[in-house]
Formats: sequence, structure tokens, C-alpha cells
Amino acid sequence: MEMTISLPISTYESIIDPDWCPGCGDFGVLRGVKMAAGKLGIKPEELFTVSGIGCSSNLPGYIHAYGVHSLHGRAVAVASGIKFANQDMNVVITGGDGDGYGIGLGHFVHAMRRNLDLTYIVMNNQIYGLTTGQASPTTMKEVRTKSTPRGNAEMPINPIALAIVSGATYVSRAFSGEPRHMADIIAGGIAHKGFALVDVFSPCVTYNKINTYPWFKKRVYKLEDDPDYDATDHQGALNRAYEWGDRIPLGLFYREEQPTYEESEPAMKEGPLVHQKLGMEKELFDDLMEEFV
Amino acid sequence: MKEVTLGIGGAAGDGLDKTGDTFAKTASRLGLYLYAYNSYQSIIRGGHIWLRVRMGEEKVYSHGDHLNLLIALNQDTLERHAREVEPGGAVLFNSDKLTLDSSLFEGQVLPVPMPVRELLKPLGRTLPVMQNTVSLGAAIFLMGLDFEMMAEVLADTFQHKGPDVVNQNVQVAKAGYNYAKEKFVPLGYEWDFSRIRRPFITGNEAMALGAVAAGCKFYSAYPMTPASTILHWMVAHADRCGIVVKQCEDEIAVANMAVGAGLAGARSMCATSGGGFALMTEAVGQAGMIEAPVVFITVQRGGPSTGIPTKTEQADLNQALGASQGDFPRIIMAPADVTEAYYTAAEALNLADKYQLPVIILSDLLLSEHPETIERDALKPDLVIDRGQLVTEWPEDNGTYKRYAFTESGISPRALPGTKNTVYVAPTDDHDEEGILISDEYTSPPVRRKVQEKRMKKLEGALKELPPPQIEGPEDADVTLVGWGSCRGVIREAAEILRSEGISTNQLHFKYLLPFHAKEALEILNRCKKTVGVEVNYTGQFAKHLRSETGFSLDDMVLKYDGEPFEPAFIVNRVKEILGGEALSLEVTREEAREIAYHYIRTHLKNAVRPASIEVGNGVSAGEPTWCIELVSRNGGAKNGDLFVGQRTGSTYAWKPVSTVSQD
Repeated sequence: MEMTISLPISTYESIIDPDWCPGCGDFGVLRGVKMAAGKLGIKPEELFTVSGIGCSSNLPGYIHAYGVHSLHGRAVAVASGIKFANQDMNVVITGGDGDGYGIGLGHFVHAMRRNLDLTYIVMNNQIYGLTTGQASPTTMKEVRTKSTPRGNAEMPINPIALAIVSGATYVSRAFSGEPRHMADIIAGGIAHKGFALVDVFSPCVTYNKINTYPWFKKRVYKLEDDPDYDATDHQGALNRAYEWGDRIPLGLFYREEQPTYEESEPAMKEGPLVHQKLGMEKELFDDLMEEFV
Repeated sequence: MKEVTLGIGGAAGDGLDKTGDTFAKTASRLGLYLYAYNSYQSIIRGGHIWLRVRMGEEKVYSHGDHLNLLIALNQDTLERHAREVEPGGAVLFNSDKLTLDSSLFEGQVLPVPMPVRELLKPLGRTLPVMQNTVSLGAAIFLMGLDFEMMAEVLADTFQHKGPDVVNQNVQVAKAGYNYAKEKFVPLGYEWDFSRIRRPFITGNEAMALGAVAAGCKFYSAYPMTPASTILHWMVAHADRCGIVVKQCEDEIAVANMAVGAGLAGARSMCATSGGGFALMTEAVGQAGMIEAPVVFITVQRGGPSTGIPTKTEQADLNQALGASQGDFPRIIMAPADVTEAYYTAAEALNLADKYQLPVIILSDLLLSEHPETIERDALKPDLVIDRGQLVTEWPEDNGTYKRYAFTESGISPRALPGTKNTVYVAPTDDHDEEGILISDEYTSPPVRRKVQEKRMKKLEGALKELPPPQIEGPEDADVTLVGWGSCRGVIREAAEILRSEGISTNQLHFKYLLPFHAKEALEILNRCKKTVGVEVNYTGQFAKHLRSETGFSLDDMVLKYDGEPFEPAFIVNRVKEILGGEALSLEVTREEAREIAYHYIRTHLKNAVRPASIEVGNGVSAGEPTWCIELVSRNGGAKNGDLFVGQRTGSTYAWKPVSTVSQD
């Protein structure tokens, strides 16, 4: 087996400084992604960050790696296309809760049941930040926002539970206030063969005055610290996914080894599509034409 | 030219497709040229399916205007189409189940009742669908085709089911053939069979094959008529051809996955119809902005909205031109026929790579689903594969790699992700040469101007390499028919008919819709005497596009938007009216009144009656002239009542049943 040589996080230093608000949780996630990539020894040209639109979706611009800053809600679909074309790339999707759990929810669910080898980091701040503070799909019930002045009337999405029932094979949660733990969780997701969700509490210091760093700090605990917790127990994971309130779990909720979609795709067995020879042999062409005669 | 047209009509589920295939392959393997069109409905069982196969010793370019032989698989088909059979033709039907009374067909047409049960009795247990094969056997005799060839086709078709099934099918066909031989004389077609085996292929199949032969490695789709058969062909051949075919959750995913694959460096294509393309449009703009090569095929069907899902139209040009917000370069092409569909797919992949932009192929239901015979060597496997300017390595001391470098041509040499030292971000926000956003913290107007010019400039290069339109037919014709996309063949035939009637006609046909050869087109149009646009839509979308690009207004239009494709006579008649100064009549014709009656019978009278005589109505005060359609019982023909349909509006005004009067 090849030895993993870890790389310093300066490897991924971009020439662009983030334009996030001072104190934004996304700074921690950016650092967490770099630390995870460094830990796994992924070279910049082997890393492809894919985002949609939103504050957090600016992340690919702030990391020295290949990236695409795609459309609102479409990062998962674009990332899937990238993975199909070049399975040698480590494809990491970085977006927000509006992007992934709102407009992009359909792609999210289908990507999980497809189990492509993708890592999806959702910077979940329970608010729309870039559009200045409207309710998001994870805004808690009764919370007042710019678009819910009487209090949010809708149930928040539970991304962890949704991921567990949708067939994701690595379901986890991290917190920007716990960068080392987050880096481990992200690294675990990238190393995992299959679809990995890393939902990150990434507080919005400007528009979410409820789910703040102190709010989370008081509540979060790590599943890893519970010696009885078994991340391969599907039902147990689902039960834990519903824990919310005074105590909120972080860490790896669920993990399962399943064949990836790529492994079932004959055309990809010959290596990445991008490196395959193009054009058709005359013999095959003649065979195909014979079907029309 | 020697030619004959066979029509087969029945309900969905009657096995009409297979019968049509057997016939087409038999004729095609004998060396005849075919063109088939299947008029079908959005229904899996029931409804009315109407397949016409035209064949000739020379190439035929449309399904034509004629009907010489009819195989009716149900009563509905007899009632609707027997009258269309031309003198000297024949009507075949299963006389165990169907009746053909003399009011249903013209004189000099041969009724051929097939006693199917009796003919099949000696053959043991048979399937209901075999009534088709019996009739086809008889038709093969009447048309003077070679039974041995039909037997060979049946053997190939049923080979996978074993020799017993093959044998039974051949015997069933032979029973029909022998019966016709015993009772009738052939219709008098004498063929010179070249026995050259030519491919019989649809536009969708040709396009799929062309794309794969040209190195398409990723194809995504969501099922939608009439694009689905591309998906079917692709997935059936994916393993052998080494292509990833992905059915996605919706068209938004389809388009974005294709963009992702294109961006990552695989030749990437997706296909849909207008409704799906509407969902894809944001991704089209994305491909334009991040300069990802992707081919989008949109196969037009009748719209808007769900529209007429199994019917043809050319009304999505505006949508293709306007897909996605903002200005960005795109190439739009509309292939004219099956052979062109093959090469267009390959050309589109090359152009997408070379100019790093989305290429839209505008096909339509007619082109995509009709099969036709093409020459054996029409499609060649040795296609040019031009991936454009690729950066395969970038030494560390080469300085910063600029993914979107501003160049004279607008083309920025592309490093595929994974290449060392060329790391970049492809952003949908506007950006500078390095891919750094120009609109987040500070907007930079001059950088925006230059990057927009860089992107748009690519179209100037593309236009130079695309062949300009040309006049086909006599240079100094009195009439020029102007069309685009799949209408070329039928316009060509219409022009031939017009010329044969002494009206000097040529045609000007467009495949490249964007970028547009405005200068060349205007030069040609200015030389034309009378220009008539021919397109399958209501508003003349191409004529308007032509005007916006050239300032030239066509003199008149031949438009069709009833869901069915043009037939040559329709164009010929309208062109003659235009030349005679006759205004376009939108009145309901007698034939249309019959079809409106059929619709009423199906929706209100449980299909128990059929239309008989159709006269100008009186007695119904509708504020407009009406057609009075007499409806009669389907068995016996006793009068059932009268239906009144407005001649101007097509409104159904009154249904007056006889029974309510006589039985009271």
C-alpha cells in the first residue's frame, strides 16, 4: 500500500482572501477542508471542490484546488458529472443549507441513493445569509427571520435523518467551533468509498442571532465519546439523528460499506473517461450498422 | 418513379410496430428505398396508430401524399383510411372481425378480406398478433415483393425465440401469401430488386451513433418523448461502446451532470424535448459562462406546456435562441435528415470542444423517430475528432496558468482538471482571466467588458468555419422555398412537383441557426424573385429569426401546426394559392370536419357510430356556416343523427340524434 504523505495546509493557500463576515463559521470549514486534504495527502490537482451559490458556496475560490462555482442548488449534479468523467479526482462538494436542502434537495436525495464516491459538506447556518437573512430549510420552527416575521411555520429539514434513510453510506455532523474534530470527520468522508454527508453547524454571525457559537457550544457532544454508540446500527443512528435540544450530537452517525455506483459502471472500469481513447473501431461500427439492415 | 405506399393502422398494443418493421426490412433488403412515418398518440394501449411506409426504387425524401395499400388492424382504420387508398390499390383486413362496406372506399380499389381464423387453423395455437403477419404475407404478394426475403426477416426477428417460433411465423406469413396468390392477382408493381442491403435508421439512432463514434463518453437523460429513443440506443450499446449513460432524477440534473462531465474533460451530451429543455436552460448559460463543452439535443414536439407529446413541430427555435439569461455564445444547429443527424452529432462535439461552449442541436419528432433507408456507406466511422486547444502539461516555471486567458480568437487553451500546475476555479459568476470573480467585492467594468468580448468573439471564428447556405435547384427560379431542419426532404419533393407543373422553384435551407450567415443569406435572398418560408409552427419563428439577422422579410409563409408533418402536396397547393394571390383560408375542410366528428364520437358517443356523408349544413343557427356530418351506426350503417360543426371556428354546435325524434 502506498504511504500517505500528509501535506501542510499552506499547500492549499489561495491567492484570494475569503469575503465572509468576520467570525463566520465558514472560515472554520475552509480550514477543516484544507486540514482534511492535507492529512490525506491529496495534491491540489487531485482535489475538485464543487459548490453552488450562497455565502458558503464561495469556498472553492478560497482554496488552491480545481473547482467549479456552479449554479444555485446544482452542485451535487455538477459534481456527479465530474466524478463520472474523472473518478481519479477527489470530488468535494461545499455548499450551504439553502443550496443543498432547499433548491437542491432533489439532487441531494438522489445522489445519496446513487452512492457515487462524493463528499458533501453542507455549511448549515439555518438562514439565508447572502440574500440578507430569510428563513432556510433548516431554520427552526417559530424563529423569526426577514421572511418569517410571525415566526417560521414550517418544520426544519433533518438532514442527518434524511441522509440515513436515503442511502448515504457516511453520515456525519461537525461544528465550526470544533475545527480539529471537523477535519477528522471531513477526512473520514473523503476517505470513505461512497457518498459522504458532513453537515456542519457553521454559525451565521450576522443574520442568525439564535443558533450562535455559544448556543451550540452549550449543547453539542461527540458520538465518539459515547463508548456504546455503534455507527453501523441503522436504526440506532436514526434515533440519534432526532436528538435535538439540550443535547445535540456531533460526529459519525452512520457508516456502511456498499459498492459505489462507479464500480457498477462497465465503461469506468477502463479508467477515467477523460483518459480513454476516443473514436470507434471499424469492426464495432460495422457490427452496430448491421443492426439497422 | 416507381413507388408504393403501404399504410398500417390499428390501436396501440396491436403489434403494429413489429409488422411495420418486418415489412420495412423485407423491402429494404430487396434494395428498395423507404421512408416511414408513424403517427401515434400518447397512449400505451388503444388509440389510433397510423404507420405509413413509402418505398421506391429511388431515394424517397418524405412519407409522401399517397396510399396504395392499406392493412387495417381494426374497424376504426377501415373507416378512416380505406377512402384514402388510390385507384388500383387494395384494402386488407381480418374479415373474421372487421367489415368493409362499399361506402367506405372508392371504386377501383380491391377489398381483400382475410379469413384469418380459417387460414391459421391448420397451424395450431397462434397468437392474436399473428393476424398482422397473415395480412402482411398477403400484402407482400399483392405488392410483388419476394416472400423468401420476408421469411428471412422473420427468421432474424424471432431467432432468439428458437426455431419453432421462427417456423410458425414463416408459416403464418406463407398462409397469407398463398391465400392472396390463390384469390387475387398482384397489383401490378414490377420491381427491379437491386438487393443492396441498406440501413434503415431513425434520426435519433443516427445521432446517438454519431455521437458515440465521435467519442461521446458521457450521456445523461430523463425520459421524454420524442428524445427517449436516444437514451434507449445509448444504454443498449453503452458497454460495447464504453460510454457512461445516466438516467437522472430530472432534466436539471441531466444538464448539470453533462456540464460537470464536460468541464472535467469527457465528451458530454444530453437530450430532451422542449419541456425538459426549459428545465435545462440555466445550465446552458452555465456552460456558456464557465466555457464547458456540452452538447444539448432538444427534440421538438408540439407545444407549449405538455402540448401534443407524440406530434411534431418546429416551434422551439425561440426557446433555443433564448435559453438562459444573459448574452453568451452558443451554437445552434438543425440537421435536415438522418444522415445529417449522424454527422451533426459529431460536428457538435467538435465545435463544443473547439470553442468551449454549449452546442444545441434542434431536432424534431419527425426527424428523430421516422426511419429511412440510407446508402450503405452514408455513415462513416472515421470521423474527425477535434478537441480544440488543450494544455496537456504546464511546467511549474511557466507562470500562472490562466484558464480564461484573453486571446484574439477568444479561445483560451484549456487544461483539463487534474493537470499539474494548472489549478483553477470555473465560476458561474463573471470572472477575470484566472477565473477570479469580478463582481463580489469590487466590480471591474473593463475586465467585464473584455471577458464578455472574449467569450462572444468565439462565434466569429465558428461562423467562418461553418458552411454557408446554398440554393438547391435552378438559380433563377420564380419561387424560392425557405426552410430549416427536418423539412428539407419534403420541401425538395414539393419543389420537384412544382417544377413538374411548370412552376420554376428552388429551395434555400438552413442548418446553422446560430451563429448565422447573415451576409451570405442576404445576398442569396436579394437575388430571389419570390420567397416563401416553410415551417412547422404558427408564428414563423425561423422567418422572424432570418429577419432579425438580415433585415429581409420573406414574401409569404406556408405554416402547419396541427401536429402532423408536412406532406409535399400541402406545400405545393399552398404555394400555388400564394402565386395565384389567394388568401390563406383557415376554414375547416370537409376532411377536417370528419376528423372533428371522430373526436366528438370518441369523447361523447362512446365510439358507437361513424361519420358518413358530410354536407354544408342548414337549420342550425350558429352565426356561421356549418358542416352537417351525418353519423351512422358502425354496423349496418343506419342513420344515427347529425353533428354540426362551424366552418370558421371548428366549434361543435349541435348533435341531433335521430332516435330522439323517431322513437318518441
